[in-house]
Amino acid sequence: MLSYATLFASGLICIALALNAWRLIVGPTTPDRIIAVDTMYINSIALIILLGLYQGTTSYYESALLIALLGFVSTAAFCKYLLRGDIIE
Amino acid sequence: MHYFWVPFLPMLGIIIPLLTNKFNRSTCALATALLPALALGLILFDLPAVLDGQAFTQSIEWIPLLGLNLSFRLDGLSVLFSLLILGIGLLVILYARYYLSEKDHMGRFYCYLIMFMTAMLGIVMSNNMLQLWFYWELTSISSFLLISFWSHSSDARKGARMALTITGAGGLALLAGIVLLGEVVGSYQLNVVLNSAELVQQHPYYLAILSLFLLGAFTKSAQFPFHFWLPHAMAAPTPVSAYLHSATMVKAGIFLLARFYPVLAGTEVWFVVVSLTGLFTLLLGAYTALFKHDLKGLLAYSTISHLGLIVLLLGLNTELAAIAAVFHIINHAIFKASLFMAAGIIDHESGSRDMRKLNGLWKYMPITATLAMVASASMAGVPLLNGFLSKEMFFTETLDQSILGSLSWLIPVLATIGGAFAVAYSLRFIHDVFFNGEPKGLTKTPHEPPRYMRVPVEILVALCLVVGIFPAYTVGPLLDSASLAVLNHPLPEFSLAIWHGFNIPLLMSGLAIAGGLAIYLNRKPLFRFEGLFPAIDAKIKFEGAIQACVRWAQKVNQTLESGSLQRYAFWLCFFALALIAPPLLDLDTTRGSQAEYPLNGAVAIAAVLLVAGSLATVIWSHYRLIALLMLSLVGLVVSITFAYFSAPDLALTQLSVEIVTVILLLLALYFFPQHTPTSKSRPSHFVRDLAVASLIGCIIGSICFALMTSPLDSISEFFIANAKTGGGGTNVVNVILVDFRGFDTFGEITVLGIAALGIYKLIARMRLSMRTKDHDGRLWATDKYPVLLSVISQSLLPLFLLISAYIFMRGHNLPGGGFIAGLITSIALIQQYLAHGVDWMTKRVSVSYHYFIAIGLVTAAITGLGSWAFGQPFLTSWFDYFSLPWIGKFELTSALVFDLGVYLTVIGATLLILANLGKLTTKERLTVGVR
Repeated sequence: MLSYATLFASGLICIALALNAWRLIVGPTTPDRIIAVDTMYINSIALIILLGLYQGTTSYYESALLIALLGFVSTAAFCKYLLRGDIIE
Repeated sequence: MHYFWVPFLPMLGIIIPLLTNKFNRSTCALATALLPALALGLILFDLPAVLDGQAFTQSIEWIPLLGLNLSFRLDGLSVLFSLLILGIGLLVILYARYYLSEKDHMGRFYCYLIMFMTAMLGIVMSNNMLQLWFYWELTSISSFLLISFWSHSSDARKGARMALTITGAGGLALLAGIVLLGEVVGSYQLNVVLNSAELVQQHPYYLAILSLFLLGAFTKSAQFPFHFWLPHAMAAPTPVSAYLHSATMVKAGIFLLARFYPVLAGTEVWFVVVSLTGLFTLLLGAYTALFKHDLKGLLAYSTISHLGLIVLLLGLNTELAAIAAVFHIINHAIFKASLFMAAGIIDHESGSRDMRKLNGLWKYMPITATLAMVASASMAGVPLLNGFLSKEMFFTETLDQSILGSLSWLIPVLATIGGAFAVAYSLRFIHDVFFNGEPKGLTKTPHEPPRYMRVPVEILVALCLVVGIFPAYTVGPLLDSASLAVLNHPLPEFSLAIWHGFNIPLLMSGLAIAGGLAIYLNRKPLFRFEGLFPAIDAKIKFEGAIQACVRWAQKVNQTLESGSLQRYAFWLCFFALALIAPPLLDLDTTRGSQAEYPLNGAVAIAAVLLVAGSLATVIWSHYRLIALLMLSLVGLVVSITFAYFSAPDLALTQLSVEIVTVILLLLALYFFPQHTPTSKSRPSHFVRDLAVASLIGCIIGSICFALMTSPLDSISEFFIANAKTGGGGTNVVNVILVDFRGFDTFGEITVLGIAALGIYKLIARMRLSMRTKDHDGRLWATDKYPVLLSVISQSLLPLFLLISAYIFMRGHNLPGGGFIAGLITSIALIQQYLAHGVDWMTKRVSVSYHYFIAIGLVTAAITGLGSWAFGQPFLTSWFDYFSLPWIGKFELTSALVFDLGVYLTVIGATLLILANLGKLTTKERLTVGVR
């Protein structure tokens, strides 16, 4: 049962990723694109965790953890760039 | 044998003049002479054995892996040259003591002089060709330093540059020749090479080897058409001219011809090229010498002419001619060095070298005049002097050749004409300087030099006489052994005597003397005739040629390096294509036997996203920020792919590098235009680039497909089998990094540190002002550090550090390690920079990031060196298992300490670059136009 649920969930997440990518490519504004990338980070976390659940392994856990942490930094940096131009003042 | 020390004694002596310079001048000269004198003593000690016809070689291993040995030989030829170098060298040291003025830096002069002496001894005593070449180059360099000793004079500098360029270029040719010869023979040792004449002369490379060797020898020995540097080298102090440019250095080229005579000589090409070059140089030098008003200029051209004579003799391919050449090497060194010294004395004591001003010096310096007259009579080839003997041998040999076929009778005639000019310029030297009226317009009254300044000249002139009168008893044995070394087989019979009866050579000598007299008596019309030719200044021509060379090089450089990234990328891809594609054509099928990975929906979507992201990056590449966002998508998909296909280490690394790259690019992007200007490239270029790019894509794709579908035996099996047992870790990737390939990692973090320091140095103290508005004309937000960001970032910091510690500690057994942990820590700190600014961070992080790099590298190095203490090779890792109550069993490994070094270096390098890029901007923004 769990495997069906994870497969189904991964399918949905993949669709979500594709839609994010669509938003990223068509824009139209830069903030749209930044948010698209950020959402893709979050969806990737979900996808990786689901993969771990499906295969019954913990070895993907660190990748998900890192995406969670670092994705934030990347998004923050892009935003700071839009706001101030110079990200480290 | 003690001769092994001979080249090393002067080498030690290079430093002595600099140390003794502060004492008085005589002490300095004496101290300088000490070691060369000792070396001369050693040579004399070994002399009897060499005169018996023995040759010695001695080697010590230097770099055995490359087959390089330090190897010296002592045979007749090297003894002869060593005696000239050390003997005349000692006389020059004495002479220079009086020649140099108070203003000249005596220590420096002697230092260069001894350096030259070392180099020369090295050339003549080397038994290894590469070693010989090394010393050969050293003579060019020390000669450059000596010619430009009076560096305030423009002539000296130009002359020095010219000499270095010509002899240096010849040296390069010689190196190529030596390498070719060494490869043909299979050894660089002279004793092997000298006995391989047949092998070399029948080899197809013989012509190339010969031309390269001749280029080296002719440039060094000032043979036509490379002769022009020698007269310009006369800007050097006269002791240098006497030593380098008459007695020793210019003889290095001749030494080379003589040394390799057994291997290279004896063929038709050698015969024609060497003898004709020598003959032409002989005539040109003798003719030009007559018209030079400068004393040293006359002597310089006379030197060129005599060098030509020796080269001609070596080119004649007969045994007796080679012996005559060796004999003339000795004689010329003796009389020409003494003449240069005499010219120096005249210059020193009368203030001029111009023969139009110098007249009638006989009255003022009778002793010097007598000495100079004897020496120039020897140069002219007057009987009872040494010059006569070798010149007579020369005339004899010119009669016995057939270079020009039926026109060969021209050679002795031309030789006699050359001899006549030699007599004429020798006469001019004697008559113009010492007689011919009174001196005109001299700044000081000429007088005899200090007593000891004349001693070297007296010794040399005495040698001229002794050798000239008793040749067989004085130089006979030395000549025998040196000729034996040149010919490499037993000598033919020859007689060293003044009188051989009435014969043709004697007639030629007589004709030369009579002709010389006639030429000198008719010099006025000759001078007028010579004046009709436009004066050619070799310096201007040479500079012109050099400039043209530079211009050409720049043109070529600009064509290749035009600054167009498009062009660079094109050539890079083009050559990659040209090298990668052909082997693929030979492959029958791309499809290997390995089964394909099953495709599922997630992988398909990831692939589509990857392609879309890449295409979007290209399409949006002119909008740089958007392109960067697209690139983030690519990076993310790649990371997930790594994770999915069981490469968690790669996934972690890719993720952290991805973020650091984004920050770096954002930092840099701020200073650049936000949009790339639209391309103006021609449609044809567009098509070309598209084609090349697509082809590259197709080929790389095919290679990947072929690789992934073929069963492959790779080295990874070994790593997997040995990681746990040999490196004590189950994470193979990490064990490879810190253990199997630990030395590579050590090199890489060193490079990382150097790169970071380089970038720091480049941008240090650079300040760029900030723009007031963004690209679209909006004003910047006023909130520098949004509270939300600050609070979240600060509270995330401990979490970041915890994760980085976790990743670091588990690295040896599970995905992670020092590199990834270092990047995570760096990103955590960068995040604080982002949220709080540089000032806030500077207050809290008091340690400079340079120290991180230094401590990291030292830690890694010490860990590596630590294994030496246990008698193991560098970076052998150690591990063991321990157990403690509460904690249980755990592992300690030296690789962890090494990884700590990696960790620290990565933090230091990343932050040194990023934080300093962040500091580039001024604190305040320009406020112009802001309300």
